[in-house]
Amino acid sequence: MHALAERIQQEFPEGLVKAVEWRGDLAVTVTPKALHDVARFLHDDPGMDFDYIVHVSSVDWPDDDERFEVVWEFYSIRKRHRIRLKTRVSEADCTVDSLTDIWKGADFMEREVYDMMGIRFRNHPDLRRILMPDEYTEGYPLRKDFPLQGKGWRDTFEFLNEGAQ
Amino acid sequence: MGLIQLGRHEKDGDLDVITTTVEKAVNWARKGSLWPMTFGLACCAIEMIAAVSSRYDMDRYGAGVFRASPRQSDLMIVAGTVCRRMAPVIRKIYDQMPEPKYVIAMGSCATSGNIYDSYSVVQGVDRFVPVDIYVPGCPPTPEALFDGILKLQERIMQKRVFTKQPDAVKA
Repeated sequence: MHALAERIQQEFPEGLVKAVEWRGDLAVTVTPKALHDVARFLHDDPGMDFDYIVHVSSVDWPDDDERFEVVWEFYSIRKRHRIRLKTRVSEADCTVDSLTDIWKGADFMEREVYDMMGIRFRNHPDLRRILMPDEYTEGYPLRKDFPLQGKGWRDTFEFLNEGAQ
Repeated sequence: MGLIQLGRHEKDGDLDVITTTVEKAVNWARKGSLWPMTFGLACCAIEMIAAVSSRYDMDRYGAGVFRASPRQSDLMIVAGTVCRRMAPVIRKIYDQMPEPKYVIAMGSCATSGNIYDSYSVVQGVDRFVPVDIYVPGCPPTPEALFDGILKLQERIMQKRVFTKQPDAVKA
């Protein structure tokens, strides 16, 4: 087992679901409950020292019970190691803790995940859509059950009628 | 090409008598000073920039004076993928341009949406702005863009300014 994964297992025996290392990349899956504590540990522990949040993204597994997977990538600039943190949530309760209080840079990336996949982030300071317009009502475009061509928004040009006499 | 036929004076510098119609003179002036709107949406803009730069030199056709304001431009080159969120902006810019105004849809994306048959990409600018010339390519080379501009110039020469437009060359 990867040394970082072992440390996480020691600190959070309940929270760790699995740790996979593939071609030198470590991916750690944790329960949504333990997520915030694990993230805090990754950031604060001198042995971990993950000071840079690289990316936040999400995956839709439409056939699974816990349908959505939220993925964080962290990097330590001083220690030069990286880790991928994952957690799974169900469609009925797709809410995870926001990590904006640990890494400020998570703000916009979590908003993007919310915008595209509809996953809500608890304690996020400003959870609004970021790419789609605020008044967009067709749902969350990156979900697998969302039609590829959308639901008509791309062909509706309401501004064309505004200037008409 | 329908240019005004100038006489010997081009060589010796003395202006002789030239005969033409006012309409032709106006159209000649219009086609020779197509000021485009600086307007790049995606990778096609890079080819458009190359077309203006010294190697290709779009200024030869009088279409090299890119303006930063729609109020000063005659031609909108829509270069790139048109996202739905950009659509009201494009329409506003088009509405702000003074008449006469022309639109070139540059590249497959601006023409038809290209491969981007997705929820956010408009399937061609002609859905909300009238287009005069479509330039195919992904992206079109500067030569292709020139072809579009030359075609547009031919079209401008056919327009009637003071008399009624014949049905054959409407729009």
